[in-house]
Amino acid sequence: MNEKITNLLMYLISKNAVTMDGSINGAVACSVRSTLFAQVAKLLKGADFRLVAEWAADETFFDRGFAIYAAYNHETDYLIVKSELHFADSAFPTITKHFPSAYLLERKIESLMGLNPAGHPDLRPWIKHEDWPEDAYPLRKSFDANIKLPRTDGKYKWIKAEGEGVFEIPVGPVHAGIIEPGHFRFQAVGEDIINLEARLGYVHKGIEKRFEGMPWQDAVKLAGRVSGDSTVAHTAAFCIAAEEASGCTPPERAQFLRAIMIERERIANHLGDIGAICNDTAFALLNCQFSILKEKMLRTNQAIFGHRLMMDKIIPCGVSVDLPANGKEAILKEIEEIVPEFERLVRIYEDNPSVEDRVYGTGVLKPEIAKELGVLGFVARASGQATDARKQRPYPPYDRFISDISVLSSGDVHARAWVRIEEVRDSIRLIKEMLRELPDGPISLEWKKPLPGQSGFSAVEGWRGEIVYWVQCGPDGGINRCMVRDPSSMNWPAVELSIRGNIVPDFPLCNKSFNQSYSGHDL
Amino acid sequence: MLKILYQIFRTGIVTEKLTPAEEATVTIAGANLEKEVERRFKRSIAIRLVDSGSCNGCEVEINAINNPIYNCERFGLSFTASPRFADMLLVTGPVSRNMELALKRTYEAMPSPKLVVAVGDCGYNGGIFGCSYASLGGVGKLLPVDAYIHGCPPSPSQVLNGILKAIKKI
Ligand code: SF4
Repeated sequence: MNEKITNLLMYLISKNAVTMDGSINGAVACSVRSTLFAQVAKLLKGADFRLVAEWAADETFFDRGFAIYAAYNHETDYLIVKSELHFADSAFPTITKHFPSAYLLERKIESLMGLNPAGHPDLRPWIKHEDWPEDAYPLRKSFDANIKLPRTDGKYKWIKAEGEGVFEIPVGPVHAGIIEPGHFRFQAVGEDIINLEARLGYVHKGIEKRFEGMPWQDAVKLAGRVSGDSTVAHTAAFCIAAEEASGCTPPERAQFLRAIMIERERIANHLGDIGAICNDTAFALLNCQFSILKEKMLRTNQAIFGHRLMMDKIIPCGVSVDLPANGKEAILKEIEEIVPEFERLVRIYEDNPSVEDRVYGTGVLKPEIAKELGVLGFVARASGQATDARKQRPYPPYDRFISDISVLSSGDVHARAWVRIEEVRDSIRLIKEMLRELPDGPISLEWKKPLPGQSGFSAVEGWRGEIVYWVQCGPDGGINRCMVRDPSSMNWPAVELSIRGNIVPDFPLCNKSFNQSYSGHDL
Repeated sequence: MLKILYQIFRTGIVTEKLTPAEEATVTIAGANLEKEVERRFKRSIAIRLVDSGSCNGCEVEINAINNPIYNCERFGLSFTASPRFADMLLVTGPVSRNMELALKRTYEAMPSPKLVVAVGDCGYNGGIFGCSYASLGGVGKLLPVDAYIHGCPPSPSQVLNGILKAIKKI
């Protein structure tokens, strides 16, 4: 723990405001009275902490009321602040005024758990669409997940812009291409966008509710389907949280194999998306070329790990597949083929004025705004924020193999693409180094369930950024609550803000350069 | 420019023959399928994709059938932006409550005759998401499905084989 966080905790403890909480593993955790929840947030904001996640749990089965949690990060420390609410109490002080990044998280808490973040500026329902019964709170224990909810006629109040020449363009939820659904409303004057409002929740399929009571082995599979394109990092994050709760550590070889898979997933997605960005600048050649490289990687995944996306290969306390005898050589050979090809494509990208013309200065997310919003992953790194969970919470083997992330500050489409180009290079280096030092030994150990009441927290750097899980074991040894925070939940508001002042036809390009997950956000 | 041409020529044509190595598991549910396809669509089918709550894993693989290696257009399959031009509705996901109406509307906006093919285990019976307050538990609960392509996610050759098998072109 660094000095700042220790001093802060000592100060709060001396004021009798907080007590340490030993049931939460994987981060420093403390409990505060609910009336102080926002005040602690203010103190942490002053000490330059970042809000990682905020969520609520229904702890009825522990004979308690609701509890509200917020996780914060500063350098390499993660701190969880918990407030238990009294029975029948369903309000807590909002922290949105200190951390704007809590804005959507608290709307979600209100919509799905029915707790009121008192003082929140905008409590329109989120994820819960207007045709849901208002009092349906799926995350409460009293809610029966199997009922079919009736449809009501509510109305969603869109933010309006008025004035001469202002018109509105609604887009979605079904979009033109092969992508996920979401609804966007632009207010524009001529071609210039003055505001964009996104309304998501279309692919909400009740994942967090479904976790509850699910056998641990099945829950891993569910975690792997929170966002299919990021399945490896999600399963890793779930497993690390579960392992923190139960106290078991996977063998070293498994930790290495996990990291190798995570880096492979990063490279494959980056390759595909860099191509897709070029495609949206009408440069189809690079899209074709990059997609060939991505396809090559997915095939190697199939050959080595038995699944193109490496789904279900990470299990609690290990991995389910070992490298075959020729696995190392196959990966190295593939890298050797891909690298020169990749570098040639990057040179074409750099040299092409028609791409350059579209990607520079488009969709700018300013560093100050990126910081306020607490954005993550390549989006953050393209806007001057050096966040990377591999460094902030160096779970093994990242304690030995340090990612060398590049940070740019222009925050435009080009910066987001370029950061990803650099990351491909860095991940290739990491994979090579990890393969060189890959330890022998078993790939899994026996998984033991956590003790009732124990919970675990994890933060894993997936290709989109920091993925956070918090898993709480119920009195019966099953899952009482599993909180999932995909980086998309923090990054979507940045898409809205970065599009202002751009022209309508540039929206697909901007959106592609972010490429956030709808499924990971909607859950 | 020279770099671009160089890259094009050194890549050559990478499109592969479809190998039957990965047979697609397909459940044919629609009786009119074969007849209608033969009679109406000849060799060109315009497909509209709707994600009705998928985890986006299926989208990754459906995107891949458009890459130069699978190159689905050579079989007359093309993806269209508007349901008005579409002959086939390809649906992924378990049909979330929040997508139900949009999916139905897309289907209704398509001209008849129209085919519905559900992709992935989710589309078949809700897959791991099952049936709940938020998920209908399969495309068949809402639309008349002509064929299901199984897998989680089905690989690109399975998707491609599955569509072709469904429309009985191979
Ligand atoms: S079938 Fe599998 S890959 Fe496809 S959407 Fe469902 S969970 Fe995702």
